[in-house]
Amino acid sequence: MGRYRNFNVLAAVIAIQVVGLAVQVKRSTEDHSTRLIRLWAVSTVTPFEKAIVRIQTGAGGIWHNYFYLRGVRQENRDLHEQIQQLQLEQVRLRQDAEQARRLQALLGFKEQFIAQTMPAQVIGSSGSEQSRVVYIDKGSNAGIKRDMAVITADGVVGKVLNIWDSSSQVLLLNDQTSGVGAILEQSRLQGVLKGKASGELVLDKVMSDEEVKPGDKVLTSGGDRIFPKGLVVGTVTKVSKGAEFLQISVKPSAALNHLEEVLVIMRKEEREPPSSTAATARAADILAQRLPSVPDQPPAAQATGSGVTQTKPADTPPGNSALPKPATGTLQVPKAGTAAPPSAVVSKPVPKTKPSQPQPDTAGDAPQ
Amino acid sequence: MLPNNVAVSYTSQQQIEVYRFSWPVAVLVPLMAVFLQAFLPLRFPFFSIFDLPLLVVIFFAMARRSPVTGLLTGAFIGLLQDSLTQHPIGVYGIAKTVVGYGASSLGVKLDVENAGTRLLVTIGFYVVHELLYFVIARGLVGLNLHWSWPHELISAVANAILGVFLFALMDRLKQRA
Repeated sequence: MGRYRNFNVLAAVIAIQVVGLAVQVKRSTEDHSTRLIRLWAVSTVTPFEKAIVRIQTGAGGIWHNYFYLRGVRQENRDLHEQIQQLQLEQVRLRQDAEQARRLQALLGFKEQFIAQTMPAQVIGSSGSEQSRVVYIDKGSNAGIKRDMAVITADGVVGKVLNIWDSSSQVLLLNDQTSGVGAILEQSRLQGVLKGKASGELVLDKVMSDEEVKPGDKVLTSGGDRIFPKGLVVGTVTKVSKGAEFLQISVKPSAALNHLEEVLVIMRKEEREPPSSTAATARAADILAQRLPSVPDQPPAAQATGSGVTQTKPADTPPGNSALPKPATGTLQVPKAGTAAPPSAVVSKPVPKTKPSQPQPDTAGDAPQ
Repeated sequence: MLPNNVAVSYTSQQQIEVYRFSWPVAVLVPLMAVFLQAFLPLRFPFFSIFDLPLLVVIFFAMARRSPVTGLLTGAFIGLLQDSLTQHPIGVYGIAKTVVGYGASSLGVKLDVENAGTRLLVTIGFYVVHELLYFVIARGLVGLNLHWSWPHELISAVANAILGVFLFALMDRLKQRA
């Protein structure tokens, strides 16, 4: 017996671990509790990681903020110019966004908005090529919960997998156990974004008869209920035909190998996109242009239909809001083809009315 | 008759030196290895090719030359490494247990003090470790892993080169039993 002592110990230690593995694999689908050994290991390692990251950040901050200021003036000038250009761009984009929101509101869409985020510092990794997870310095004490989305300014990073008091484990997009609902920006084709064992990111479940080109942007579809819709995930780099589905390689937008700071999405809100009162007429205008034309109306009716909503909101009955019921109060105003520019409809309703004539309260019974 | 400066590869049981380590070294070195393995790939992504905890297992096992101590050291370090992943705990544990046992058993029979032997032994154990990990992860856990011989061989050589320097550094921590 003593002769085989070493071998017996080896067999016993391996057997214990194999049984332990089998139990964990069986429980993994129904039990998300954290193993005690994992808690010990993380509690042992993460304080050192936090300390080093803080020292590194502090030292870097002192150097960059107080000593290494070479080229700052030039950079400041460049940034001012960039701000001016971006402000011009912002005006244009705001108009586009407003128009999109109005159309979404008219169609009854609901959007998920990022209501609250929390910045966190990446302090460590798993240290294994087979396990693509990172650790952040915020945990349950900061309100982090399982399955919260983690992003950077560049794109999606992953989701929170395990939480401890002052740290959390984040599963990266490119891990093979990860999956994200995704949509191609141009073609609006939907698929599932998965990681491969090699760390490559692929878009799966896109039928092979569809056309996808390298360079297409991949966004979150919102279908997984973890990531809000429309976040940038990556760019298509390679497309090849498979038997049933296309094999689409995607380059992640976020630098998953060089993560330093991330944002955890703490709260999402699902609401109908806001639309300003002034915008109503424009939305109606768009609809009017797309719908079949309506017969000409008497001037009085035209005046009440257009002017009341825009210029005398106080006189408008509550049920006459143009957003939920665009057909009653707004569609009769600009006839298709003859509609005035949106600005004219909003700001100049008066010339179409007869000031001397009493305005009938026809808001609720506008011509059908 | 061999000259004195030629390393003798095969030794008898009586010729080998058995070393021990102080308890701070025995605890802190494995912890440091696991910590660095988790921390450095964030700053230097290429570092993920190395497996510092494995090198520490091989070094401790070969120096102590006790199979039971070797396999227990391997199990401890492997389980610690498993704890930092999201996979079930035990995959690295089993692989490093076997490596710890093998390295200490080999240490009894071979002179593992010279750099050439260390290089070859580390290459061999790295490949054994990766094979075991691959088999356990696929067979028991159901992970879909990809095996690439070129990648594994390059990693093995890189780890062995690092190991030679690291072992020389850690030799200073050894105490004669």
